[in-house]
Amino acid sequence: MTGITAYGAYVPPTRLPFSVMAGKRAGVGGPERAVAWHDEDSVTMGVAAAVNCLRGIARESVGGVFFASTTYAFREKQAASLVAKALDLRRDIVTADIAGSLRAGTTALRTAIDAVGAGRVSSMLVIASDCRVGAPGSALERNFGDGAAAFLVTNDQPLAALEDAVAHADEIVDVWRTDADRFVHSWEERFVLDHGYGDNVPKAVSALLRRTGVVPAEVDRLVLYGPDERSHAAMVRSLGFKREQVQDPLFGRLGNTGTAFAPLLLVAALEVARPGERLLIASYGDGAEAMTFRVTDRAGHSATTRGVSWHLERRAVTEYDAYLKARNLTAREYEAPRDQGLSATIHFRERDADISLRGQTCRRCGTAQFPRQRVCGACHAKDDFESVRLSDRTGTVVTYTFDYFFPCPEPPTIVTIVEVDGGCRLHMQLVNCPAKETRIGLPVEFVFRKIHEVGGRPNYYWKCAPTS
Amino acid sequence: MRDGIRDKVAIVGVGCSQFGENWDMGPADMIVDAAYEAYADAGLDTPHERIDAVFCGSIYSNRGPHEVADALKLFHRPVTMVSNYCATGTDALRCGVMSIAAGMYDTVLVVGYDKPKDRGVAGPSVVLNAVRDLPQTPAGWFSFAAACYFQKFGAGREDLARIAVKNHHNGTLAPKSMLKREITVADVLSARMISWPFGLYDCAAQSDGAAAAIITRRDLARTFRDDFVLVKAVTVQAGPNPQTDPGHDFLSWKPTLYAAEDAYRQAGITNPRTQIDIAQVHDCFTLTELLTYEDLGFCQKGEAKAHIAAGTFELSGALPVNTDGGLKSFGHPTGATGVRMIYENTLQLQGRAGARQVKDVAVALSHNIGGHPTACGIAILGMP
Repeated sequence: MTGITAYGAYVPPTRLPFSVMAGKRAGVGGPERAVAWHDEDSVTMGVAAAVNCLRGIARESVGGVFFASTTYAFREKQAASLVAKALDLRRDIVTADIAGSLRAGTTALRTAIDAVGAGRVSSMLVIASDCRVGAPGSALERNFGDGAAAFLVTNDQPLAALEDAVAHADEIVDVWRTDADRFVHSWEERFVLDHGYGDNVPKAVSALLRRTGVVPAEVDRLVLYGPDERSHAAMVRSLGFKREQVQDPLFGRLGNTGTAFAPLLLVAALEVARPGERLLIASYGDGAEAMTFRVTDRAGHSATTRGVSWHLERRAVTEYDAYLKARNLTAREYEAPRDQGLSATIHFRERDADISLRGQTCRRCGTAQFPRQRVCGACHAKDDFESVRLSDRTGTVVTYTFDYFFPCPEPPTIVTIVEVDGGCRLHMQLVNCPAKETRIGLPVEFVFRKIHEVGGRPNYYWKCAPTS
Repeated sequence: MRDGIRDKVAIVGVGCSQFGENWDMGPADMIVDAAYEAYADAGLDTPHERIDAVFCGSIYSNRGPHEVADALKLFHRPVTMVSNYCATGTDALRCGVMSIAAGMYDTVLVVGYDKPKDRGVAGPSVVLNAVRDLPQTPAGWFSFAAACYFQKFGAGREDLARIAVKNHHNGTLAPKSMLKREITVADVLSARMISWPFGLYDCAAQSDGAAAAIITRRDLARTFRDDFVLVKAVTVQAGPNPQTDPGHDFLSWKPTLYAAEDAYRQAGITNPRTQIDIAQVHDCFTLTELLTYEDLGFCQKGEAKAHIAAGTFELSGALPVNTDGGLKSFGHPTGATGVRMIYENTLQLQGRAGARQVKDVAVALSHNIGGHPTACGIAILGMP
């Protein structure tokens, strides 16, 4: 039985209310979207979702990573291998990016289940993450949301086992973005609905129902992608499902999260699904894909799991100007220099520290230190250290400052010295914490973030955030 | 063997360029101004014949010691560039003093200089070397002591502000200082924030400038001038990076503790509070000066606040600190600062400090701390 053994989600806490985008004040309970902040992108959100998925699971057990996104910074250079390094996974694993289409998230999930089911790999980590940008002031800007979902796929007692899957390919220019485009383009809405979404999704869903001999009434939860709220509701009706069968698409709360859309709703469904339920997930993009899962008696949601509901409760409203600055959508006096950037060889040498947040412990005196040293700062032992992963530990703020001088779209940057539990100190930025709540002794955890874009490319490191 | 350097080397001439935003001066212009003033001060008419070696210091220059050799046309002799963060100037002096004590040279020129105002930014550069180096702002590093110190000893921004007010006042009395403007505690507290708790007036004035000193063997000193000054101690100490130093309490800066211990041993000082008459300390930020009062033993740990309130370190106080306005107001061309302090202490010891002259100065200390901070230089000068 192959299926999903664990899941996790990540939704950035920052929310942009539609009223704020329209130049009004933020009302209470009005529609909003989730926005990734200046130090977040599809990679950092994907890592965060994967960390949440892998809580309590040995990182060494993961046999591969599929990373699905349409918004990864590099055309040439893999995201999955970077994500694997940030997660401190083994190196003898399969990694691949699955991209180019909004249904890449479900494609990755299905492909992982096929690979694990075939016995070629023991477990696959599947991540879907997107951070698409609509032109300022456009309807797409309001429609989009940012977020990520992650699943661990194994043959070993899954929470939800795959029953069947179908895919359906199509050539249509409905939404697209070329190499040179910053913003997503869309053709006229009604054309997209009639011939894109409206044509492909029913074809895939009916093919799946036919193959499995299931009728809509036998589906407990419909996890359905939709380009917008109205089209989603219309599709539910035309497929013959009732509203109570539908997993809330979260329009006006998260927004359309692209490749992560259906995967995030699947996470939300798994959080509440009871043993024996059947889930149908359908996604769209250059065709459509549908899968049914049967929830096993291993289902059950722990209150500490960081899924969709956990993230929906953590929100902070932002201003439109702040959003524009954070996403680099305002004019600047100087463009960031596109020089060679950080030395690739320095990056290579320091990737255990920078990407995996590994420190070391002295075998002689036990002193923990970061970054890697040749000589122990406490006992002067030479080259006698044990490498240790720090990213999954917690820590405590030793001291802090609010740096208004450091270039940042939203000063001040909160900078701290953190004592990691088990020893060793880190100099790092604090995020997700208002200045007035910053204090000596604040318990923190570590989050993977973009630290700057020297060389015109994202450079990643870890920051700390108040323990949730 | 470990007696140190006491009384072996004399300072016989000092010079200093105007400090400030010297838009119309290049490094060579300032180096020439400082060196030729020092030559004249030492009565040195033929420097190219009498100067055996040059030790210079700069952290912004990328041209190496040739910049100094070429400006002064001092060739066919050793010219060495020293780099040690903000302790650069003191370290250049130390190298010169050691070379004379070792018998290598008779007379040496020490030059510190920097020209940060050619970079198009108001403060220090934000360095982007490696991923996790960020954020590299000196205000960000030095402010890490604030939260811990304030919590432990109940000091606050007002106590820091009084240090800025004092140094601005002293700077008005120094002809070559950059800033000559009295300020109030309210000005300091209302200025824009740089890195909490440091507002604009808590930060040193970054400036261009150069300073120079002529040093020689003690037995040759009188051939230059009668009122020469002796080097009682000079040291530079390295410390661990406080950001990763396990267990660091952020109530002191270790490099200052290390350097003070060594300098006091060399100079035979057992009670700094009474044996030192004036001090120039590294007030890159107001809190750095506050911690330095305690780390140098001018008062007990935690007592700085009371001494600030009592005026101990003002020009009229028991132990005047930063008599020329310090980095805050005189200016801080990084490589020049340590040598500028030697210039001020020499003038004070010789009674030539004009409106800011402190009475009966026999022993004067200068102190630089730099890096994260990870280096400290101290020099103690005195009359024979």
